[in-house]
Amino acid sequence: MSASEAAGRPVDQVQTPAKRGRLFGPGRRLAAIVIFAALALLPLVANLIGDPFLVVTATRIMVFALAALSLDLLIGFGAMVSFGHAAFLGIGAYAVAILASHGVEDILVQTVVAVAAASLFAFVTGAISLKTKGVYFIMITLAFGQMAYFFMVSLSAYGGDDGITLDRRSTLLGSRLLSDDIALFYALLAVLVLAYLGLTRLIGSRFGRVIRGTRENPARMQAIGFEPFRFQLTAYVIAGAIAAVAGVFLANQAEFVSPAYMSWQRSGELIVMVVVGGMGTLIGPVAGAIAFLLLEDWLAAFSEHWKLGLGVLLILLVLFGRGGLAGLARRLTGGGRA
Amino acid sequence: MFNLFLLQALNGVQFGILLFLVAAGLTLIFGVMDLINLAHGVLYMVGAYFVAAFTAATGDFFVGLAIALPAALAFGILLEVLIFRHLYDRDHLDQVLATFGLILILNEAVKIIWGAAPMSVPVPDALSGSIPLIGFLRYPVFRVAIIAAGLFTAVGLWLLVNHTRIGMLLRAGASNAPMVSALGVDIRRLFMVIFGLGAMLAAFAGAMIAPILSVEPGMGDQILILTFVVIVIGGVGSVRGAFVAAILVGLVDTLGRTFGPILLGQIMDASAASQTGRTIAPMLIYILMAAVLFFRPTGLFPARGAAA
Repeated sequence: MSASEAAGRPVDQVQTPAKRGRLFGPGRRLAAIVIFAALALLPLVANLIGDPFLVVTATRIMVFALAALSLDLLIGFGAMVSFGHAAFLGIGAYAVAILASHGVEDILVQTVVAVAAASLFAFVTGAISLKTKGVYFIMITLAFGQMAYFFMVSLSAYGGDDGITLDRRSTLLGSRLLSDDIALFYALLAVLVLAYLGLTRLIGSRFGRVIRGTRENPARMQAIGFEPFRFQLTAYVIAGAIAAVAGVFLANQAEFVSPAYMSWQRSGELIVMVVVGGMGTLIGPVAGAIAFLLLEDWLAAFSEHWKLGLGVLLILLVLFGRGGLAGLARRLTGGGRA
Repeated sequence: MFNLFLLQALNGVQFGILLFLVAAGLTLIFGVMDLINLAHGVLYMVGAYFVAAFTAATGDFFVGLAIALPAALAFGILLEVLIFRHLYDRDHLDQVLATFGLILILNEAVKIIWGAAPMSVPVPDALSGSIPLIGFLRYPVFRVAIIAAGLFTAVGLWLLVNHTRIGMLLRAGASNAPMVSALGVDIRRLFMVIFGLGAMLAAFAGAMIAPILSVEPGMGDQILILTFVVIVIGGVGSVRGAFVAAILVGLVDTLGRTFGPILLGQIMDASAASQTGRTIAPMLIYILMAAVLFFRPTGLFPARGAAA
């Protein structure tokens, strides 16, 4: 396969906005500040207009924003189109449910276990998947995601196909703080902002440069002395671990865990969020998650067949739109080097 | 025990044949057009719905099948012209998104047209009943018919791929599509033919399984992922690889589900064995896939760059 690539048949020429222009321009930083500030003020607004459900919806949106953010590290910066990312979300959620059923309710312990389990799963499946590229990588990550899904479906000790309902939310150092919707909201917002800042630093670091360099041209990276495989595998493990943290919050938000969290449609939706928001921008996927879930709610209010509309929008987006929401924002603000 | 093994092995082969019918078209689409088509599974679903609708309308399974196949071919070509044609020179991520969107559309569309409730197709009289195998053991005629139809199709495909002009172009395309185009072959028409053929094969699989499975929205999603496993094991673009891998996956999956718990029962107590067996069995084919990839990252019969 590598012979045909060298002969001018690039496998994945992902057109990322990050390729052009500076990586973290003032526009992108401004977008991040606006989005996070709006989220921080949201509970106040919800209180003012008397709609406490808004906070619950926003918490759910932030869970997927966090997962999409981690997936952007793979798709946007590493050109690794992983179609099994929901598995990590599920691993995190099940870490909460399984530990809680054995009496371990502290969210810090649960998060450590979730991250460890997801890292191990990412390390093993990533090591196998990254031996391949292109369509193989997409199909293999999809297959491993399905493997995790079926494992949970058949694990009847923990609910099997039906899932398990949590008795209550996790504790934080013995306190029941997170039982409050607003406390859970701010805890997740803090994690989301930390993950955004952490990943921004990571992308700008030497590690991030190697990952981005590998996206552009693995052969050259190898030629100047880097082994792309190790860097890609590390990125795969990091992304899986962050998604598992999102899963910990998903379990706490819904107080219910089921294999449906790991279904391949979920993985597909995460990819959609990343691409709709604008991959390779970090803040784009956060905006993408917000847009996707709001659109889902909005379409669902119209008709029970809302998925039809979503499918049509997706195809139109691919055929006619480029660069996602970030690209649109760039074009609108005229800062476009498009 | 042997009887059970024989029955389950036959079921495994029948399942494998079905996987092959779906995988054959998909592996060619991957191999020749370098297109990842997530929507191939919904074509299988569309085939099942077509045969259900036409059988209900005409009252005869064979007439229904005879109308469903050309209808599926036409549907496949329509999709090719409307959507897939514009995706060939896009990157894989765009292809994933667009075909994911197509899955959402078609799954929802069959719900709108035929309702969300499962439909059933009666087994045709000519193929009902069972035939004796050994001793008291009998096997349903319809499943035998599926195996026979699948083998017949496999032979037909083998002849088409290896002994016709279009097959030659197809193999050349899987090996190096730009070169074939440069040599003056109308590659767009070749792509359309391959896509239509693949759609019809997938629909044929759906049509054949319709009488023994319930026809419902989303039925294509499960088989799609198994088909990916088959293609990855067999090697993208290789019909022969798809055949070997499909039978292998069918057998491992079916036998693993039955005999996994029994084998584990030898080393642990019965209830633990059945629990562990039921948990491990669905994972077997993925472990098989991982093992094959570990030793042969391009599958058993890699097509690209070599003769299929």
